[in-house]
Amino acid sequence: MAMQFYASPEQVQRDRSDYARKGIARGRSAVVLTYEGGILLVAENITTLRKISEIYDKIGFAAVGRYNEFESLRRAGIRMADVNGYSYDRRDVTGRFLANAFTQTLGAIFTETQKPYEVEICIAQVGSSPEHDELYRITYDGSVMDEPGFMAMGGQAEAISSVLRERHESTADLKTALHLAAEALGSVGGENGQTRTLDAKMLEVAVLDRRRKGRAFRRIQGTSLLTLLVGEKDVAEKDLGDVDAAPPPPATTDKPTVSAASEEDVADKDPAEPADGVNGDGS
Amino acid sequence: MAKDFDPSGRVPDYFVNAGTSSFTQFLSHVSPELLPGRRPLPPGLSGDVAPHGTTIVAIATADGVVMGGDRRATMGNLIASRDIEKVHPADSYSLIGIAGTAGIGIELMRLFQVELEHYEKIEGTMLSTDGKANRLAGMVRQNLGAAMQGLAVVPLFAGYDLSASDPAKMGRIFSFDVAGGLYEETGYDSIGSGSLFAKSSMKKKYRPGISTEDAIRLAVEALYDAADDDTATGGPDLTRKIFPVVMTATANGTHRLTEAEITAVAELVVAGRMENPGG
Repeated sequence: MAMQFYASPEQVQRDRSDYARKGIARGRSAVVLTYEGGILLVAENITTLRKISEIYDKIGFAAVGRYNEFESLRRAGIRMADVNGYSYDRRDVTGRFLANAFTQTLGAIFTETQKPYEVEICIAQVGSSPEHDELYRITYDGSVMDEPGFMAMGGQAEAISSVLRERHESTADLKTALHLAAEALGSVGGENGQTRTLDAKMLEVAVLDRRRKGRAFRRIQGTSLLTLLVGEKDVAEKDLGDVDAAPPPPATTDKPTVSAASEEDVADKDPAEPADGVNGDGS
Repeated sequence: MAKDFDPSGRVPDYFVNAGTSSFTQFLSHVSPELLPGRRPLPPGLSGDVAPHGTTIVAIATADGVVMGGDRRATMGNLIASRDIEKVHPADSYSLIGIAGTAGIGIELMRLFQVELEHYEKIEGTMLSTDGKANRLAGMVRQNLGAAMQGLAVVPLFAGYDLSASDPAKMGRIFSFDVAGGLYEETGYDSIGSGSLFAKSSMKKKYRPGISTEDAIRLAVEALYDAADDDTATGGPDLTRKIFPVVMTATANGTHRLTEAEITAVAELVVAGRMENPGG
């Protein structure tokens, strides 16, 4: 007969925490920070599987950790937001509502199941000014934190956070904010503690543009990302002006794209995100 | 959503699972009461209980499509609304107009907008134009029961097709029947009680490759002709400054003609009819 060993509840929780933390720390990191024109979401990501997504008009999502797990949470977020927005009004969908739903879900999974989710999630809601932006960090055990203007998730998040803490200003323009994000992400992970320089291919970038009416989320990719990262001129900043939400940018320009569903995607024939079955180990 | 009250506080499984990318399909599991066409109706005809929206026209142009709709809703012999809006953007590149029972039509239109946006967000890519039209046909089909009892609604769908290889086929128009039949139209089409007159009007003046500007004028002319002969269609209301809603979908996305733009066109059309009432 097999012996049943006693494990104290503290020990069980600790083991699960360690397991989740290790899983998250293996993957690459992501940062979210406010800037003058909105909220910038940047993830270090060399794959086409996305870590950053649109949830609703003013709400964005960024995650690190295990792909299949945060992908299912992302879907749940979009579904909850769309059901609420459809049955009430678009203005009645808030970041806090989603943060609450995620924290309940992750908390329940952490306490009830054998294996906790190895994910860390950011729900960002852009407001009319940086003071009105909301950033919620939701961790694997369901704890939720309201972050002050910037946050880092993933492996070595502490080191990345300290770079952000020193230099983050909510009055910075997009280019400055993006450079800060790229440097913060590159401040860890180099050989012998060296810093790395991340180029456009290694970054997944999106903004929630506070000046846009309607859907504020758009990805910055391709030439516009290159221009922002290395170029002299500040192209996107003027493009992020008072554009209306409904019409997307003309097909021929190098502007940031409207959303995940922009014409650039169609032109590039990006493979659609695979369904949940695909396991990314947090890369 | 009583099913949502899981004591653990977890988001219910059907929110989290891979499932479907379609909002309508998802809603049919979670909150079927939110979907049109699922409500039991009392026996008999119910057509007179709610306002009806009337004429919509759509024209394919060299740059995309133009869609216009008059502003009237009727209930029997009464005008239920003078300023209802029946043409809306479906997403960034397509337009939807509705004719028939206004309440169900507006619900269908809202649901279709969320349907397209939902797919976009979940999949990270936009549905093809044909895919959008098929989805809409499926949604109209759901309403067949209500349609049989007099609460029919028929949409007109038009969009700028991003994946069209032939530049002449960028603007596409789809019409539907109450049974969910889907028909692609060439050049132009119209739905609603005044459609007979609007179509005849467009038939005489439409040329393939028409410019967007000319097509806007043609759409307003067609709506004028429909209002001329159909009591349920409203003409330009000069005293109240209520003019048709006209929208375009081109490579630059959708655009609703501003108050000033549509006023200018409508006044030109009315001035033309002062000279020659037949257009």
